[in-house]
Amino acid sequence: MTKMSHAEALVTAIIDSMAQDERVYLFGRPLGLGPQRALMSRLTDRFDERVFDPPTCEAGNAAVGVGAAMAGLRPFVDLSTGSFSFLAFSQIINEAAVSNYMSAGKLPAPVTFHCLEGARGGGAPQHSQNIHGFIWNTAGLEILAPSNPGDMYGLVRAALASNNPTFIMNHAKLMALEGDVADDRKPIPIGKADIKRRGKDVTIVAISLMVHDAMAAAETLAREGVDVEVLDPRTLAPLDEDSILASVARTGRLVVVDETNMQGSVASGIAGMVAERGFQSLKAPVQRVARPDTPVPFSAPMEAFLLPTAAKIADAVRRTLPKA
Amino acid sequence: MAKSKKPAAKSKIPAPKPRKPQPGTRQDSAAFLAIYRQMALIRAFEEAVRSLATSGLVPGLVHLCSGQEATNVGVISALEPRDIIASHHRGHGHCLARGAEPNLLLAEILGKAAGYGGGRSGSMHVIDLEHGNLGTNGIVGGGIPLACGAALTARARNSGAVSVCFFGDGALNQGLLHECMNMAAIWKLAVVFVCENNGYGEFTAIDDVTAGDSIPARGEVFGIPSKTIDGMDVLAVRKAALAAVTKARKGGGPSFLICNTWRYGGHHVGDKQDYKDDAEAKAWRAKDPLPRFAAWLAKHHGIGARKLSNIDQTVAAQVASAVDAARRAPEPDSSALDRHVYG
Repeated sequence: MTKMSHAEALVTAIIDSMAQDERVYLFGRPLGLGPQRALMSRLTDRFDERVFDPPTCEAGNAAVGVGAAMAGLRPFVDLSTGSFSFLAFSQIINEAAVSNYMSAGKLPAPVTFHCLEGARGGGAPQHSQNIHGFIWNTAGLEILAPSNPGDMYGLVRAALASNNPTFIMNHAKLMALEGDVADDRKPIPIGKADIKRRGKDVTIVAISLMVHDAMAAAETLAREGVDVEVLDPRTLAPLDEDSILASVARTGRLVVVDETNMQGSVASGIAGMVAERGFQSLKAPVQRVARPDTPVPFSAPMEAFLLPTAAKIADAVRRTLPKA
Repeated sequence: MAKSKKPAAKSKIPAPKPRKPQPGTRQDSAAFLAIYRQMALIRAFEEAVRSLATSGLVPGLVHLCSGQEATNVGVISALEPRDIIASHHRGHGHCLARGAEPNLLLAEILGKAAGYGGGRSGSMHVIDLEHGNLGTNGIVGGGIPLACGAALTARARNSGAVSVCFFGDGALNQGLLHECMNMAAIWKLAVVFVCENNGYGEFTAIDDVTAGDSIPARGEVFGIPSKTIDGMDVLAVRKAALAAVTKARKGGGPSFLICNTWRYGGHHVGDKQDYKDDAEAKAWRAKDPLPRFAAWLAKHHGIGARKLSNIDQTVAAQVASAVDAARRAPEPDSSALDRHVYG
């Protein structure tokens, strides 16, 4: 195991993919590295000629990446802040996601998109969007949401090796997080959930940053004698429905946590899926924890008020338990 | 820089094939006749689609390019097999000029299993990678960045391929065009921007929605050489395209060609075109690229009406056979709905 930050795992995965595959190019240099931007020199020292610095034009950047992928490259397109990628939705959804389908498998578009999404603190409505809920409504994309450096490394490697268009949803608050990256440096299979904590009483399905709040909630609940299982889907599309259903079959109780607005959230989609396919397993109504359906305000106390927290998740878990 | 151990992966772009005799490089009547044949094929094909659509046999909307054959064939005749095109919603002519099989194209337009997309794409998204065609495109301006991306791949691979994006005058007002012209200019991409200006974006005359009195200025502002061409004259289009393609292939960067042409039909089959002026339509019909090129062939190559009539009959038979095959072809298997969602 090697200790890395989330940002370092991202950059290292791109470097290792570039070393292994000459088709891998980087479009967009910042990668949301912020204070860790010195990491980028590791990449440019080796592969500067495979890095393009595009102008600020998200639609054009995304679609040029798609065209380059159609013609044979494996571009990693950094769309910077997730809120900006709405400008590129037609290129992601109408071009990348459907090219393989419309060509009956003859023209895949193996492009990887990356953005920093979510409430970052003071981002206000235009820098705080969680876009994975929007993108989740699209067929044909692989959507990855790594919650820790080990998963980030393996999923970026998998994305750049995939024949499909992929979208890495990277929560802005994760970039400084440290964690272990396995020394075998292998890709993580797309479509496989990971159980971050085993438990027998309640399943929490948590996405991206929310995994950490769910783990904190599980600690609190353990002290109350409640044994919580935390499942991280890692891949939102294709979703590992079977692992979620198997976990709910073991525990009988489900809380789903997602930082997006409640309406149209992945939490809502997973709750619906379990209600349909796993109803017999459920001993209590499914609980969803997500943001209220408002924009994310600029004010720090207002922002904190609306975000899911470990305390809110623990409360949701308690609502699934029999009354004492 | 550390070198990768792995050899460069093979391009998906087909390797160049031996070039056919090129009109213009030699006074080769056969090659000029091939240009005529392609234009005649497109006209016959489009009129057959019109008839099928009017009979209610084409699902959805279909957009025909009758009248625009000279821009389709003029540009594409200047390309090599390794080159890439990205087309638009009025793109059957581009597909055919690039070498698409009329049978498979028509099968796709009718949504049949035998079509290029197995019935998943229809007229507006015909993809034919074998002939370097990234597809017709249902999004106005959607193909422009795809061609620029393919040009970036050509640069990365040093393949010498040139990309061409076709778009209509409606796309002149799409921001994406300007984003892409900027990128093509700063990176000196081997891309040719071809505006097929047929005077109408959907149902709206270009002058009503397009500011300024110069369309070339929209390329020139990025430092891209830009030129307006008589898009009803296949040889004028071809000459301009050859110059732009040659320049791009030599590393000279992008060009912008504005081919003024005319759409005989409406925006789609069934559009009554009550927004068009009869006198204007008549004037454009008088410039029809097919008789015009036929007259040129007679004058400069002594090619008589009978020879061209033979070509007309051959392509008519080819289209009739495609219509017959496509109509009889089976529908796709609906239970295979999710096939190809992922590769």
